[in-house]
Amino acid sequence: MTASPTEDELQAGFDATIGRNDRIEPRDWMPEGYRKTLVRQIAQHAHSEIIGMQPEGNWITRAPSLRRKAVLLAKVQDEAGHGLYLYSACETLGTSRGELTEKLIAGAQKYSSIFNYPTLSFADVGTIGWLVDGAAICNQVPLCRTSFGPYGRAMIRICKEESFHQRQGYELLMTMMRGTDAQRAMVQESVDRFWWPALMMFGPPDADSPNTAQSMAWGIKRNTNDDLRQRFVDMTVPQADALGVTLPDPDLRWNEERGAHDFGQPDWDEFLQVVKGNGPCNAQRLAHRRRAHEDGAWVREAAMAFARKSREQEASA
Amino acid sequence: MTENQGPRDEWPLYEVFVRGKRGLNHVHVGSLHAADDEMAVRHARDVYTRRNEGVSIWVVRADAITASSPDEKDPLFAPNGDKVYRHPTFYAIPANVPHM
Amino acid sequence: MNEFHQTPSHSAPDPSHEDGSVYDGLLGTDSSQWAFGTDFEDPLAGVDTTVPDGVDHRMLAAYCLALADDALVFSHRLSEWCSNAPDLEEDIALANIALDLLGQARLLLARAAAADPDVVPVLPEGSPVPAEDALAFFREADEFRNVRFVEVPNGDFAHTVARVLLFATARLAVLDRLTGSRDAVLAAVAAKGVKELTYHRDYAGRWFLTLARGTEESRRRLVAALDQLWPLYPEMLATHPVEAAAAEAGVGVDPATVAAETDVVLEQVLAMSGVDRPQRASLAGVDGRTGRDGLHTEALSRMLAEMQVVARAHPMGQW
Repeated sequence: MTASPTEDELQAGFDATIGRNDRIEPRDWMPEGYRKTLVRQIAQHAHSEIIGMQPEGNWITRAPSLRRKAVLLAKVQDEAGHGLYLYSACETLGTSRGELTEKLIAGAQKYSSIFNYPTLSFADVGTIGWLVDGAAICNQVPLCRTSFGPYGRAMIRICKEESFHQRQGYELLMTMMRGTDAQRAMVQESVDRFWWPALMMFGPPDADSPNTAQSMAWGIKRNTNDDLRQRFVDMTVPQADALGVTLPDPDLRWNEERGAHDFGQPDWDEFLQVVKGNGPCNAQRLAHRRRAHEDGAWVREAAMAFARKSREQEASA
Repeated sequence: MTENQGPRDEWPLYEVFVRGKRGLNHVHVGSLHAADDEMAVRHARDVYTRRNEGVSIWVVRADAITASSPDEKDPLFAPNGDKVYRHPTFYAIPANVPHM
Repeated sequence: MNEFHQTPSHSAPDPSHEDGSVYDGLLGTDSSQWAFGTDFEDPLAGVDTTVPDGVDHRMLAAYCLALADDALVFSHRLSEWCSNAPDLEEDIALANIALDLLGQARLLLARAAAADPDVVPVLPEGSPVPAEDALAFFREADEFRNVRFVEVPNGDFAHTVARVLLFATARLAVLDRLTGSRDAVLAAVAAKGVKELTYHRDYAGRWFLTLARGTEESRRRLVAALDQLWPLYPEMLATHPVEAAAAEAGVGVDPATVAAETDVVLEQVLAMSGVDRPQRASLAGVDGRTGRDGLHTEALSRMLAEMQVVARAHPMGQW
């Protein structure tokens, strides 16, 4: 055995791994700031999946066809799975799902603000798939290459499923657009409501995003907010055309010079309000999650008690 | 073995290994929580294989795994050398695992 | 970096220039994770739907509706658990059970419609609503043929565990016999259902034991739930004239003929769990009529009001 390396040597080894674009694995030495940032980001991501079950879950019992009901239930089920993978990735950093859940329901950790908007018609199921999952894919695909191994592996799996989610959403909207006038109006109204919140999903403009630079240096984050937002808009405009809906932004137009679309800014004051907890559904979403968690406590305890008794019985047998 | 892994007697963490078809190794596919081994297998089937038949599942409590580096902070081993089930090479063949 | 690279892209715009290769692979064509596909397809496509010789097609349709409605209504109740379960793993497990039953319901509704188109509610001329959806969303409560057992509102997790156990045990016994049906469709549906229900029964049986032997509270809740469900249970194993006729014709199963074996299984679980069989009389009907006759509890019409609201607002809609 040799003497333990100094902090500087450990830091140098870590930096070299990051520099090689290689992955950091759970038992590697890592700077405390890196670990904390990861826990915060992965937890936030996991919470988003779990809270995100609610707005769509809101329509499972009212889905207007059996096929849509099956697809929607399977989709929301996927989100539970995504949350589960992400909590597991987070647990490799020395925290636990229970701890993270406690933090979520105490309001100490955040989730994506998009889920604090209500779902008000069945078309929202399609719009969430198309715009919200679409935005999520833009955010998440680069994360498959994130520097922390377990996070990247969870993301690969998640992104694979997420792309189906986006497709089923878009396909629902296409089908509805082929339907009645009332259905077309429902789709347009839904798109009008979700367009700006979807743009907010990429976070505040780069100028107001204090953590971005460090996260990018660590390879936790791979692209800036504005960069991803631009990609999303460029990707979505032709899809909206194909669908036959209008995106509710009078400033939206192709900029030949930039080779990209110009577009307006979401209402960042509203964004701030929602992030602060004053969104239309913040309290409702947290109360729902808290209730489910607390209502389930006796079940989780019973299973632990049963496991303990079974072990004791085995030992004495 | 310790019972308490988190607040309020949380279900312990299990690691899940799946063999998609005969002739292949079991591959680490992820983790989950369960109160005991039997529940862990059940959960693994629901969460990771969607109950696809013909898939062999192993579960093992995460705290029962012995790794080449027992110390979390031990820097003497190269990255990835320990906690073998998290080694990236275990992910080379999930294409052969149905529903993965 | 990973195997997904090998799959070429079939997809629309690439949102992430230098990340393109990752994105490409992710949008592969493997849709196996979708239990029910991503496109609409006739669930009975390719299956011989000819009604067997000498079988009354009206009776066959009525029998299919009974089996279908049990699955449809219980699936709906189970789907209400989504995002409400005690833990993520249980949320996923209950959704799987709900999806299995929904799948059974769809096949059986389609079978009912194919056997006797007259059972399908009439929608406005030119409506694109497929038969399975017309049956699910445009029938009134008194046209549903499910047992009352599946329609009563959810209680706590113990209530659902007990309900899944009783339901899956009885239905598994029925479907096991139904694999020998003279009707090719019913036999195929039953063969698929047997595997699914075996899993449901095991899942619920294990949880039943866990809750019974877990904590005082879990035991108290489980016993209360079983007690609450018990009066509704006999209806599942009673003989309805339609079932008797279906059994007579060799296409269906009279549930009374599997009551004994169902009871043996149940007795095993109860004994292992140390739970006594509740001493409760079965729930009376009204003028002798029960769920299979379209006579339901107050809960069903309320449940259907929610389930059917969007579909009914758009009888010409497509989804």
